[in-house]
Amino acid sequence: MKPFQIVVCGGIVPDPLQTLEPISSPTGPALKNELMLPAVLDPWAGHALYEAANLAKKIPGSKVYLVALGPKAKLQQVMMTVGQKAPFELVAIDGPGGGFTDAHETAAALAAAILAIPGYDKSSLLLFGGWESATRGAGATLQIVGEMLGVTDQFQGVDRITVRDDGSFDVLERVESGHHQVATCAGAPAVLGWATGDLGEPRNDPQVGMANMRAIMPALQKAKPVKVGADGLSYLKVELPKQQRQTRIEKDMNADQIAAEIFEWISK
Amino acid sequence: MHHGEPQEPEIERPSLEVDIACVGFGPAMGGFLTTLARKLVNEDGSNVVESSAMPGMPPQVICYERADDLGFGVSGVVTRARGIRQSFPDLNAADIPMATAVTNEKVLYLLDPVGASRRSAALRIADKLIKNFKFLSKTELNAVELPYTPEFLNKHDGLLLSIGQFNQWVGSQLLGSGSVQIWPGMPVDKALIKGHDVVGVRLVDQGVDKTGNPDASFMAGMDIKAALTVVADGPVGPVGRQLDDHFGMPHDHHVRDWAIGMKAVVDLPAHVNLEPGTVFHTFGYPEPEIFGFMYVHPDRVATIGIFVPSWFDSPVRTSYRYLQHFMMHPYFWRYLEGGTLRSWGAKSLQESGKRGEPFLAGNGYARIGEGSGSTNVLTGSGVDEAWTTGTLLAEGVIDLLKDKLPFTRENLNKAYVDRRRQSWVEREGRIAEHARDGFQHGVVSGLIGMGLAGLTNGAIALRAEPAPPHARIQSPEKYFAGKLTHPEIERIREQCLADNANFHDALMDRCGWPAIPYDGKLLVTHQDALLVGGKVQAPAGYADHVVFVQPEICKQCGSRTCVSICSGQAITEGEDGTPKFDREKCVHCGACLWNCSQEIARNKTNIEFRAGAGGLHSAEN
Repeated sequence: MKPFQIVVCGGIVPDPLQTLEPISSPTGPALKNELMLPAVLDPWAGHALYEAANLAKKIPGSKVYLVALGPKAKLQQVMMTVGQKAPFELVAIDGPGGGFTDAHETAAALAAAILAIPGYDKSSLLLFGGWESATRGAGATLQIVGEMLGVTDQFQGVDRITVRDDGSFDVLERVESGHHQVATCAGAPAVLGWATGDLGEPRNDPQVGMANMRAIMPALQKAKPVKVGADGLSYLKVELPKQQRQTRIEKDMNADQIAAEIFEWISK
Repeated sequence: MHHGEPQEPEIERPSLEVDIACVGFGPAMGGFLTTLARKLVNEDGSNVVESSAMPGMPPQVICYERADDLGFGVSGVVTRARGIRQSFPDLNAADIPMATAVTNEKVLYLLDPVGASRRSAALRIADKLIKNFKFLSKTELNAVELPYTPEFLNKHDGLLLSIGQFNQWVGSQLLGSGSVQIWPGMPVDKALIKGHDVVGVRLVDQGVDKTGNPDASFMAGMDIKAALTVVADGPVGPVGRQLDDHFGMPHDHHVRDWAIGMKAVVDLPAHVNLEPGTVFHTFGYPEPEIFGFMYVHPDRVATIGIFVPSWFDSPVRTSYRYLQHFMMHPYFWRYLEGGTLRSWGAKSLQESGKRGEPFLAGNGYARIGEGSGSTNVLTGSGVDEAWTTGTLLAEGVIDLLKDKLPFTRENLNKAYVDRRRQSWVEREGRIAEHARDGFQHGVVSGLIGMGLAGLTNGAIALRAEPAPPHARIQSPEKYFAGKLTHPEIERIREQCLADNANFHDALMDRCGWPAIPYDGKLLVTHQDALLVGGKVQAPAGYADHVVFVQPEICKQCGSRTCVSICSGQAITEGEDGTPKFDREKCVHCGACLWNCSQEIARNKTNIEFRAGAGGLHSAEN
């Protein structure tokens, strides 16, 4: 079977365990103290990366690339954790990490970086990424990257891919009402936007980390700076999911009353 | 989890050869790696020396850090930053989030505004005098501002730092250098010891259940073989303690003095205009034994916290509640009321200082940082000292590498330990060595002892041999004798068991401590604090790191200090009388290690604190 070139697009986001507070900054919407917050690989992209590594392991000769756009220093920090999880070659792009960037411009930067990968071969390309994103992007970036690369077979909400010996594959996709559908694709190239997949987070493997490290640091040093969404954008409206946390001490309510109040609160 | 010694089944383990294996990334390791990384490369970019583990490559220097990211779950400080500034002569505090220069410093004696504090007769007389001589004090605020800060406490030329942010800043530069590798989320289980030599470290097993037994995704911890192992895993790190056990301690040295430091990072209300760089040191409240502080960072952010020492004999060491009472002291509440809790954390401090210094080097290993006894217990300074020990080791290591000399005990003693003996860390550590001994007999004698040691450069001190913490912890019946009767304590204990309520909180209530008026913003429940800021993470597939060795002994224990001290309420009363441990709440402060009152062997209590993964995801403490 012809090996795949699996390119995973993944941004970085503030560690979801942090308290996130939206603010307006001179350059547009931002999160309070965002530079101080530790970052992680976008969890949706993380699923895609682990699925990519799992697939590459099964099909000899396949290779995984992680194309990531973000501030170089933060990318570096995140790679020390992600680099222990799965073997990949990093393609780093030094750009803003705010997430409130124009999907088209972001996609253009990612597509350009993918086209510049030495030995890029569209005919064996599987473009992976998150179906959703925690980067505060519009959720359309992966699709646009695929379009820019001329890849028209696109699947979103993917939970499983089963590859046949001839390179064709079945895709388990999420559809409305909590159901899945199975689509069959003749083979690469294709875009797969992953939902959660069905793999757990891999263990931290020091050997994988050491092997990745040899390419990660040079990739970071070579990271090309891009201006994504920095000029000419104005934000008409930005909405972030608000952290809704209310603490109240109630000593005289029974469980039913508490449940009723929580139900009413959620229903608002 | 209740079980004894872990089984050591024969497992084929992967291994990796490196040149220098490093354990723990804190200020000491920051100093070591910063100095080393700069000296491994010549000006023309060529390598100063070649790797022995990977010929043709530069020396392979790998650091493993337990926490999930660099700078997680550590503390904030005020420091003179002498060693740090020597490493970064052009350091601009504005480059490091939350950092700022110290602008003014005050020492406060806090009176008890609620009447629940347990004060000695001497303190009660002092309090009365202060209240009678109103011109001396801000009596409306129940505080006395000392007219001057003793020189030995002074940090006037120093920096306020969030160590989390500082570590991230240092780590970012180190990773950018490409000379060293730092891997977070990778706890080191133990040192690999062959005879008298340390030959590397073993990483923890992954894919195991709570008790350490392999499950379906088992991955044996890798053996990292190294010519030199640098141990900087702090005061409660398992590798440092393993070396203490295996190689013993120098004559008359021991680690018996501890404290838990607990703090909150607070967004101050808009009307508060405290100058960034303002530092308050306090003593006297909430209990005379508990010291406190407040630091003002830029952008109207403050850090406020307390230290609960091991010589505070009360079994009721509920640090979180004491922290809230401290925040509500009128002197600070005027600044804090209306503020918002941003994050929170806790950490054990090794307070034995120089007296707790282990063998600093041996065949194949060297010790740096707090676990190497570098903290100055007179000046209350540890970060700068730890950093400096790291730089001293790095200079020695470079000399040995250049001279192609092996990392033997003899060579490390010459290259590192001799350097350390000549340093200001050693000189000032000796002055401080007995400065806190007086606290063994009480607060007043402790303060006098500190004053004498500070004012005479250590020539005079109230010397005493510290008792191990487990020998000092008293039962509630003994500690509250005269205030509460035995039957009353027993009734409270039974009622709490029946109601699944906190015994220690109930004792504090009974002693007159008022209930905390939770506001959901700054004054939140202990469990809510775990969800503010960074939150606690406990990745699956790792064994419990807190172990009650002999559960039947726990059942006999009346003090339950491990429950009251636990910073995250991760240790709670168990139904069968043995405490329960919940890894998903553990902030890895390590206080349980030195708060068990049950000695099961010489210098060994019934709680083991092993290598563990996860912890607080806060980087701004």
